[in-house]
Amino acid sequence: MLEAFMEFFRQLADDYPRWNFIFFHEPRQWARIVKGLQYTLWLSIACVLLSVIIGVVGAWMQNSPSKWVRGIVQGYIQFFRNTPPFVQLLFFYFALGQFTPAVTGPDGWTEIPIISNVGWAIISLSMFAGAFNVEIFRSGIEAVPESTQEAADALGFTRLQTYKDVVLPLAFRVSLPALNNNLVNLVKTTTQAIGIAVPELLYQCVSIWNDYPSALYPTMLLLFVSFIILVGVLVYGMHRWEHKMRIPGYGG
Amino acid sequence: MNQSAWTDDQPIVSIKDVHKSFGDLEVLKGISMDVMKGEVVCIIGPSGSGKSTLIRCINALNDIQSGSIEVEGIEVNDKQLNKLELRKKVGMVFQQYNLFPHKTAIENVMMAPLKVLKQSPAEVEEIARNLIKKVRLEGKENSYPGELSGGQQQRVAIARSLAMNPDVMLFDEVTAALDPETVKEVLVTIKDLAEEGMTCMLVTHEMGFAKEIADHIYFTDRGVIVEHGPPATFFDSAKDERTKEFLSQIL
Repeated sequence: MLEAFMEFFRQLADDYPRWNFIFFHEPRQWARIVKGLQYTLWLSIACVLLSVIIGVVGAWMQNSPSKWVRGIVQGYIQFFRNTPPFVQLLFFYFALGQFTPAVTGPDGWTEIPIISNVGWAIISLSMFAGAFNVEIFRSGIEAVPESTQEAADALGFTRLQTYKDVVLPLAFRVSLPALNNNLVNLVKTTTQAIGIAVPELLYQCVSIWNDYPSALYPTMLLLFVSFIILVGVLVYGMHRWEHKMRIPGYGG
Repeated sequence: MNQSAWTDDQPIVSIKDVHKSFGDLEVLKGISMDVMKGEVVCIIGPSGSGKSTLIRCINALNDIQSGSIEVEGIEVNDKQLNKLELRKKVGMVFQQYNLFPHKTAIENVMMAPLKVLKQSPAEVEEIARNLIKKVRLEGKENSYPGELSGGQQQRVAIARSLAMNPDVMLFDEVTAALDPETVKEVLVTIKDLAEEGMTCMLVTHEMGFAKEIADHIYFTDRGVIVEHGPPATFFDSAKDERTKEFLSQIL
């Protein structure tokens, strides 16, 4: 069965040299794609979670009584929202990467930085998307009536309890559509990690078509299809979540 | 002020010469009143006379510029005020109910005892079921606020407030947003409470109800108490011109 599948694509490549689906008939190339997908998935999941956490915490800090805390959050948002994410990535890896400590590897002489290129990609992309998430949650928080928070206040809730149990659950519901958009963008932006040689899907695909120019079209096709599926799954999940969070009799 | 100094032969709420401004606008210009334990006090008066502001000050939702408000001996106008201690003693019900829309009726009632008082879930659930019964909403435990009528929501709000087991209940125009049909069911609930001996302070426009339920009525206008007295004398023999004019328009 598998042999027949591979044979089909081998034959296709012979008949039409521009359509060499090399990763479907050469196990070594297939392994590259699988590895690339794993990295892309790992980057996506880590960045989505981290950026949402940054958004939630940032939006909380934005309402801080302290002018300084609010100023820091504002500065963070302005920097990360108004500069290109690719430049941020390079800055983190090449500029900040120089100053992070390194440990000696198992062989006793190589220096391994404690934050790898994958680590920097996750940090940089999460900070980028997180800046947008702060603003997205802020709009959700502003949609929660002051009077609802006042009711919690009058019941003896602390500021943190009110945020956690009343404001955030309501703000989340308002924010989901916008959050959805930003997370979709984030997943697609993980391909930029190629710039610091993170072996994710785009990196592997470029490597393959550099090695085998006949595989250019099929590999690009693979990239598009992979992301359509990946983002499709994310969007489906977010819609399911949105649906599950809908409150009977509230907001249509 | 030492809290243990308070005994229930002293006023449970004692307000002395309270001044409150929003910017340049002075809304309370020296208000004083004492409320004894178990008393039902109604505050009436035209819109903008400072009624709502006054009762919001009692549980520190608004701060005051000068004067003193004591609840069971706790000074509310104190920078060091332990708000939680105050709010355990004072329950508040709002005009717009302000329920938590993402929680069912019973969850609304259970939330504060669980999160704030950290009582055990089993205990809290029993209390909540009894309170839902008390406000006559059996069968609506698992409805969300959006599925309830205004009057039902307001009764959930009352139950939610009672779940903290307060000594004083503040009602801020709690029937003002309701249609006439449902006003009654809320008023009945408040009457039940008053008859059980709960100390109640109501800001209201329901004159008939005030007359029926109140031990003492205060009429405020432009930030001062113009006149006050027990309902019998207040409604039938008001002395002040402004009170008379207000009552003639409303009754």
